[in-house]
Amino acid sequence: MKILATYNIKGGVGKTAAAVNLGYLAAADGYRVLLWDLDPQGAASYLFRIKPRVKGGGKAIIRGSKAIDGAIKGTDYDNLDLLPADFTYRNLDLLLGEAKRPTRRLATLLGPLKSEYDVVFLDCPPSISLLSESVLHAADLLLVPLIPTTLSVRTLDQLTDFVTGFNGHRPQVLAFFSMMDRRKRLHLQVASDLPAARSDVAVSAIPALSVIEQMSVQRAPIGAFAPRSVGARCYRELWLEARRRAALKPPA
Amino acid sequence: MLDEAGAGLDELAAVAPGAGLRWADGDGDGARSCRRTWLDTFDWRLYRAGLTLEQVTGDGAAGLTLTGRDGEELAAEQISPAGQSPRWPAKLDGLPAGPLRELLEPVVGVRALSPVARVTSRLTQRRALNSDAKIVARLGIERMSVTSPARAVAPPRLTLAAVRGYQAEADRLGAALTALSGVTPANGTALDAALAASGQRPGRTPGKASAVPLARDAPAATAMASIFAALFDVIEVNVGGAVRDIDSEFLHDLRVAVRWTRSGLKLGAIPGDLAVRFAPEFRWLGDLTTPARDLDVYLLGLPAMTASLEAGCAADLEPFRGHLERSRATAHRALTRGLRSARFGRLASGWRAELAAVRPQRKGGTVAQLADDRIGAANSRVLKAGRRITPSSPPERLHELRKRCKELRYLVEMFGSLHDPAVRWQAERELKSLQDCLGEFQDAQVQREEIGVFAAQMLAERSAPAPTLLAMGEIAACLARRQRQARSQFDARFAGFAGAPSQARLAALASAASA
Repeated sequence: MKILATYNIKGGVGKTAAAVNLGYLAAADGYRVLLWDLDPQGAASYLFRIKPRVKGGGKAIIRGSKAIDGAIKGTDYDNLDLLPADFTYRNLDLLLGEAKRPTRRLATLLGPLKSEYDVVFLDCPPSISLLSESVLHAADLLLVPLIPTTLSVRTLDQLTDFVTGFNGHRPQVLAFFSMMDRRKRLHLQVASDLPAARSDVAVSAIPALSVIEQMSVQRAPIGAFAPRSVGARCYRELWLEARRRAALKPPA
Repeated sequence: MLDEAGAGLDELAAVAPGAGLRWADGDGDGARSCRRTWLDTFDWRLYRAGLTLEQVTGDGAAGLTLTGRDGEELAAEQISPAGQSPRWPAKLDGLPAGPLRELLEPVVGVRALSPVARVTSRLTQRRALNSDAKIVARLGIERMSVTSPARAVAPPRLTLAAVRGYQAEADRLGAALTALSGVTPANGTALDAALAASGQRPGRTPGKASAVPLARDAPAATAMASIFAALFDVIEVNVGGAVRDIDSEFLHDLRVAVRWTRSGLKLGAIPGDLAVRFAPEFRWLGDLTTPARDLDVYLLGLPAMTASLEAGCAADLEPFRGHLERSRATAHRALTRGLRSARFGRLASGWRAELAAVRPQRKGGTVAQLADDRIGAANSRVLKAGRRITPSSPPERLHELRKRCKELRYLVEMFGSLHDPAVRWQAERELKSLQDCLGEFQDAQVQREEIGVFAAQMLAERSAPAPTLLAMGEIAACLARRQRQARSQFDARFAGFAGAPSQARLAALASAASA
């Protein structure tokens, strides 16, 4: 089982859209996929038409994997399940703080799911917190959406430095440009230069497209309602790159 | 799983709102058609073990799936393209190596798998949505046209599957469905439904000699006639498989029924000269089957013999295997000629007609009295023959004892319905222990003699390279070791059989009339 997390300290950069679309594509490839909507706003749950509610809330989830098993919902798509968000997830930091080895807690909770899923996507809330640290420790691959600006690059450097300082398990980092506006010279410049200079930046990029905004109207991944769109193609390219980087074996 | 028997499926439309849901537009993934073929051995080994093996063919691919008692998938194998699927009937070595074959091997053994039912299936799907337009359950509607074992149309089958996390919604929908008139919970699998539609029931093949239900006070003559008739059913039902050479068990089961019949003829319970007239015919039938069966036993045991080689290797024995297979093909042709001969036809029609005419005999006694008398006598003969055996007895003496044991075993099994099952099971177990030892001794003796004959034949045909002869010599030595080992176990096995507890059980079996 590989754990892929979409993470950025900033909000509104395309984390949830990436988690939903990549999760959908992984499942369509035949992988058994679980997407965990860790964001109390519950956007990923909304996009899959699943109520953002978990029995016992974040407290039950952090306590044990039994609650996780009972909370998982099947999506409308084969091989793709969702662990929904809950508004109490806003307190996950506090709950983790009370747990033993809080930064390893997520990895421990996901351990029993190894036989059931090939890939787990963690859709993280925008923050630097105990939760995000636990996510970074659990993940095999961090997918970091970046708006192609100089400041975003600085944020990526900070994240990379932080992860490099981990003892033991360190996730790989794969940043990708998101919400790229081809009319902006700076976006084009950064998106062209950086992947050539850095191996932790994906060649694939996700442009700012109305079809991505349509996801919240359709409440579905792009591949389900616009499979031949540019957006669907871009996410497919990103998925292929992420799959390669995560060294995922072909599905059984 | 639900069966829709009488109601029109149109009524389904009203079911979802009743459960607080609605149906999605369209047929989901669309209608799909496929061919479903269920496979089992002739004696329903999979069915009796609670297993179902199914081949589904459609869209240019075929897949085999093995499921357990509760419909849970145990193993699956994809065969693509569909043209590469085995031609049924087929033995397990015709399947790709893998988990499916490994699970089947201990149950299926040497038997071949044959289609027991075939259907053309058309599956449509309806999706039940909640108020968020989220799919919470899927309803499959399957219409099966049965093409084998007889043409028929099975009632539509509904399968309701909850999406994970939405069991409560699916249960509400299920309750609304079962409230429809004509929709009833299905009692069995799709195989059961296909067989029921064609008027068949699974597990109903009289493929093996077994105890016939008997009343204790039934006249001995008519009871024996019913036993003989049931045994001839077994013979006839196995003829087709033996002639087509589907697997070696057809011939084996046919032979066992012949041996039971020959043993029964010696009981003297049927009137007139029937036994005198038909005993030679059944001896002919038994002898007809012997060469092919002996070679089957050799070929079935060859992998174990090959594995026991220390100096030689498997490749050395390939010419020997080829010789055995050629000899077996010749023996099988002779067997086929015999089973298709006018003589066999006359035996069948004459025997059936004579059995139908058997009437109770004056002074013939009841079947329970007959069983008591003959089991008691057969047991005495076993004890007498066994006690004569000393460490210096020749192999013929042990062979003689083996025959007496078989006679006793056939009687115990033939009259099994007259006895307490627990006592009979224990008595058979003790007798079988002695028989296994004698069988091992005798089979090793015969095979050791035969391997010398095979070697001479191969030399004459110039088909025996030196490594092959050396490996065959190793096998002969291995057989001699096995024979010595069996002989060393004999005293203890016989003492167990002749001991008081075992004899008390046989005495109980020999007193059915007074029970």
